[in-house]
Amino acid sequence: MASGVKPRVKAPKKAAAGETVTIKTLISHKMESGQRKNKDGSPIPRSIINRFTCDFNGQNVIDIELAPAISTNPYFQFDATIPDAGDMVFTWYDDDGDVYTTTKSVAIG
Amino acid sequence: MEFSRRETLALGLGAAVATVLPFRALANADEAIGAFTGGADTGEGGITLTAPEIAENGNTVPISVSAAGATSIMVLAAGNPVPAVATFNFGPLAGSQGASTRIRLAGTQDVIAIAKMADGSFVKASSTVKVTIGGCGG
Repeated sequence: MASGVKPRVKAPKKAAAGETVTIKTLISHKMESGQRKNKDGSPIPRSIINRFTCDFNGQNVIDIELAPAISTNPYFQFDATIPDAGDMVFTWYDDDGDVYTTTKSVAIG
Repeated sequence: MEFSRRETLALGLGAAVATVLPFRALANADEAIGAFTGGADTGEGGITLTAPEIAENGNTVPISVSAAGATSIMVLAAGNPVPAVATFNFGPLAGSQGASTRIRLAGTQDVIAIAKMADGSFVKASSTVKVTIGGCGG
């Protein structure tokens, strides 16, 4: 599913050094589980995002392995510690080999 | 109605498979737990799994897990065709060892969370969710 995939991330633009901030991410993806059948009775092949990672200045925040039991449009909320100003990189890995990334800059202030 | 030996055998086999099938999903969940813990015992406490008591729509069930001091948390749905749900691995910059997401549940079942602590021990929590409409198509 290379079309219509839109990652959305809610992260603060500013944080105090060492502060813990809450991050919310959502990506539009149908997350076809491989369990459903189409009208002919043949199974619809699995097509999901199988991994999501969040890194801050190259250091890992969270690394999630996804199974078909994650709902359509995978949503995650987690906490990150911001040691200093930098870029937060969010990466989603699709079953079909596609990689979706988005970056948010966080300033100290 | 007479049964030949072959038919009787087939009937017996069918009955055996029918009785075993409901337990297969649970066995898969146990296998997944074993693969994660490496056969180690799981303790109680120190992990919180928040899930609704009743979920009207099994397609999106909001859950959240947290376990202070965990390196990774695995979430399982024992009654799903594929019991694995997600594995959260926390890096050095994780603000807290917890996360929220939305999952699919095929029917009323137990949701299980197992956390691997920094010292190598495992703790487990589970929560029963009643599902009105299952979320696995079919």
